[in-house]
Amino acid sequence: MTLYSRVIGAFRPQKRLNRSFTVSLMLFGLLLAFGSFMVLPLIYTVNNAFKPLDELFIFPPRFLVRNPTLENFTDLVVIMGNSWVPFTRYVANTLLITLVGTAGHILLASAAAYPLAKFKFPGSNMLFRIVVLSLMFSPHVTAIPNYLVMSQLGWINTQAAIIVPSLAFSLGLFLMKQFMEQIPDALIEAAKIDGANEYRVFWQIVMPNVKPAWLTLMILQFPALWGTDGGSFIYSENLKTLHYALSQVIQGGIARAGVGAAVALLLMTVPILLFIISQSSVIQTMATSGMKE
Amino acid sequence: MVQIHNTAEPALHGLAGGPVKVSRRAQLWKDIKKSKHYYFMMSPYMIIFFLFTVIPVVVSFGLSFFYFNMLETPRFVGWENYSRLLLGDDVFMIALKNTFLFAVITGPLSYIACFLFAWLINELSPFVRALMTLVFYAPSISGNVFFIWLIVFSGDSYGYLNGFLMKIGVLLEPIQWLQNEKYILAIVIIVQLWLSLGTSFLAFIAGLQTVDQTLFEAGAMDGIRNRWQELWFITLPSMRPQLMFGAVMQITASFAVAEVSIALAGFPSVNYAGHTVVTHLMDYGTLRFEMGYASAIATILFGIMLGTNMMTQKLLRKVGE
Repeated sequence: MTLYSRVIGAFRPQKRLNRSFTVSLMLFGLLLAFGSFMVLPLIYTVNNAFKPLDELFIFPPRFLVRNPTLENFTDLVVIMGNSWVPFTRYVANTLLITLVGTAGHILLASAAAYPLAKFKFPGSNMLFRIVVLSLMFSPHVTAIPNYLVMSQLGWINTQAAIIVPSLAFSLGLFLMKQFMEQIPDALIEAAKIDGANEYRVFWQIVMPNVKPAWLTLMILQFPALWGTDGGSFIYSENLKTLHYALSQVIQGGIARAGVGAAVALLLMTVPILLFIISQSSVIQTMATSGMKE
Repeated sequence: MVQIHNTAEPALHGLAGGPVKVSRRAQLWKDIKKSKHYYFMMSPYMIIFFLFTVIPVVVSFGLSFFYFNMLETPRFVGWENYSRLLLGDDVFMIALKNTFLFAVITGPLSYIACFLFAWLINELSPFVRALMTLVFYAPSISGNVFFIWLIVFSGDSYGYLNGFLMKIGVLLEPIQWLQNEKYILAIVIIVQLWLSLGTSFLAFIAGLQTVDQTLFEAGAMDGIRNRWQELWFITLPSMRPQLMFGAVMQITASFAVAEVSIALAGFPSVNYAGHTVVTHLMDYGTLRFEMGYASAIATILFGIMLGTNMMTQKLLRKVGE
């Protein structure tokens, strides 16, 4: 399909009841206006990262870049190369937290969701209800006792303080359980009759069937960990994350504006790319996200 | 949920004997033993979940009746933290007022926006739909790049808004947007709205795609005349489960405003103009180390979030009736 026909398809006549043309036009105008409000700051971030210094401080400020340059990125490498913790260290720390946290979360949440989705046993309803209830408050509520637990475990100033709690993020279990309920019971029974035990059924039958849900948990967990600054738990410079490095760069003041824009672009690109790749799976999972009354 | 173990399993294991009378406790114990693999599979998640989510809520509630500064042993003070908070803490009142303002404005607005945009996007062709979904969803996952709004609202003439307004001649002098109490709240609300089309937006898009199309034909037969009736009597009731889920996500987010306020207006903000319950909690929890007091704040926040959720869910049940 050509791009032209794709765009025209956007305004294809409705098969159902028709809106008047004016109302349609107004609604799509609204969509366009708010769409640009959403996307302009992001486009601006992209442009900023490629602006040479004189364009960053031009008055009146200019939105789009005229003479794109990679200077900001090379500066970033130079500045970070001179600091006593190399930039690659921040990247490695962030990658460790993000990869372990995301993979672990998908595995643990799936293992917990499978029995809840498919079987009834003492306590199953209550456990799921607690998980749903915990969707209703933000992590800020538990921040203080969390800190106390961390310090009791001796996890302050380790990556574990960020990784371990994120493994049991309640939204992930909720979505995974809702998605797993769709798997036909016959499939599980057949596997059992063929002699597979619970763990094998989970690993070889259920897990391959919930790939869209894996991707969804990934797209929810990844940006959260990728953007974490971990400031309240991690104090050693060589354990800090990319987001922390970014705030350091920005605090460096006006001369660092270009470098800051470069880091911002790096931070924002990865989650957006991931979403583009996994979009259809995410929507598929979200279709099962509903809550019963 | 299908109860497999009641039908298939006993047959498999040859346990489907006649109606043997067993005491309820023995039956429970038998069920637990039979499900031991399930408990085992859930245990890693549940241990972490209880350790860092459930127990902290309980501990927080308990701590709210103590004076605790992390150095001395906690001292029981009864309702003192609450009475001090509700009667003697002027800053908390500002925080509470701001939080409610945020919640009352961003909560419903973002919820309606999530639905409205999902609804409009749903009628586009697949390619444009995917593109628009990305456009609306991208801000909420692009990490913490909301600091780019700092550049827009920057107080000097390099700030975007100032630069623009000065160029078209509305302003002669730049305005210190983020240092002026008059504007802080509004700016935080705008940025919060920009960030708020997240999980529930996706849930609504997905929900709309699963609405049974034959219902619309049936509806037309039954005398539904316009798009608004279609929306109210068919579309909304069909996706009520997603609406419930979306409400929970939006309410929780709109009461927890803190990061955006801190990033834009500073901590504490000028005259506490951007102060919220969560920033008040951080103030006592991480700066003053009055853990008991901070726990009382957390408990009140928890209560507010829970109460609002329950109320909203009751309201949502009336949709399409």
